[in-house]
Amino acid sequence: MSAGRADWPLWEVFVRARRGVSHVHVGTVHAPDAELALQNARDLFTRRSEGVSLWVVRSSDITASDPDDRGEMFEPAEDKTFRHPTDFELPDEVANM
Amino acid sequence: MDTAPETDARREHFDALIDADDRIEPRDWMPDEYRKTLVRQIAQHAHSEIIGMQPEGNWLTRAPSLRRKAILTAKVQDEAGHGLYLYGAAETLGIPREELLERLHNGRQKYSSIFNYPTLTWADVGAIGWLVDGAAIMNQVPLCRCSYGPYARAMIRICKEESFHQRQGFQIMLTLAEGTDEQRAMAQDALDRWWWPSIMMFGPPDAESVHGDQNMRWGIKRFGNDELRQKFIDATVPQADLLGLTIPDPDLHYDDAAGHYVHGEIDWDHFWEVVKGDGPCNRERMSTRVGAHETGTWVREAATAYADKHAARAAEAAA
Repeated sequence: MSAGRADWPLWEVFVRARRGVSHVHVGTVHAPDAELALQNARDLFTRRSEGVSLWVVRSSDITASDPDDRGEMFEPAEDKTFRHPTDFELPDEVANM
Repeated sequence: MDTAPETDARREHFDALIDADDRIEPRDWMPDEYRKTLVRQIAQHAHSEIIGMQPEGNWLTRAPSLRRKAILTAKVQDEAGHGLYLYGAAETLGIPREELLERLHNGRQKYSSIFNYPTLTWADVGAIGWLVDGAAIMNQVPLCRCSYGPYARAMIRICKEESFHQRQGFQIMLTLAEGTDEQRAMAQDALDRWWWPSIMMFGPPDAESVHGDQNMRWGIKRFGNDELRQKFIDATVPQADLLGLTIPDPDLHYDDAAGHYVHGEIDWDHFWEVVKGDGPCNRERMSTRVGAHETGTWVREAATAYADKHAARAAEAAA
């Protein structure tokens, strides 16, 4: 191995801030395996009680949508406003529905 | 120049996002120059954070109390963390961390010149927190709204933590200022040495700044160097008064009409000397950094070997 040219893979880090909420992406760490990735993530992202649970996922294991496909992927939903409750105008007498 | 219709459409989308003050994310198309500018700026910022561990690290073993030592340890650890957040942000632009470290080590990329000054007394730890971190915060808060998403998000985390750094520094200064004559003199001496380098941290006057306009247009930079420097001085002078210390600038005065403090002339020749490598500690900082990386090789190798061993055992057990 050359002078420390570490080919450690990149891991995406997710933190659950407190019980009752989802894990949220906070950044990345490098580590040779999942166990060390967790330890590095602990040291880097939770020094001030920012979380009660951590996930690490190898970055290369994530399949992401292509930003250039955003049209096909996301625009079809834009003309279906009827999916939202606000699309339906009801008389004021119907107070809370 | 690539002028294929596809590229034009992507460029239009990029420009529209910038105009709407929206964020650019890693896999979006972006102009090469935007990417290069960000890599340069984020890398320089990351390098500054990790080199910044050295001047303060100098006092870790000699902090005046266990509490001060614990605080300083936490602060130095934060600087390492800030470096890592920023290297992570730079990596989203497609450049590996190892490559960035190499560019630091071979001098192709720079770090902030402020870290090329020595920490001669304990008061310097206070002055760094108060002035250097104070100036850094002034620079960094607008970066929380930088157009590049990962950089902006890293800056939000960093700014939250910097506030502790500045407050602990000011409190060290306050304690010294309220102490014996000798302690007050020590605080004054630290202010005398750190004031000018601190206000140089905002960079050369805007009239001489090389990348200013384009970076404003792209939402990478939000305020000019002079404007931020002025904000810092206006905020800091009353704090020095509170400490009963004197800012080492005989020309400094308040301009009632402008509502600002006016500072004396800044020695930019000295600034460029330090940038070019001839500050008091440039060589020491670089040799310490490269040395730490080299002596750390066995740790990285051991961690890799340990991970390999466990992976092999797990595979054996599964077979």
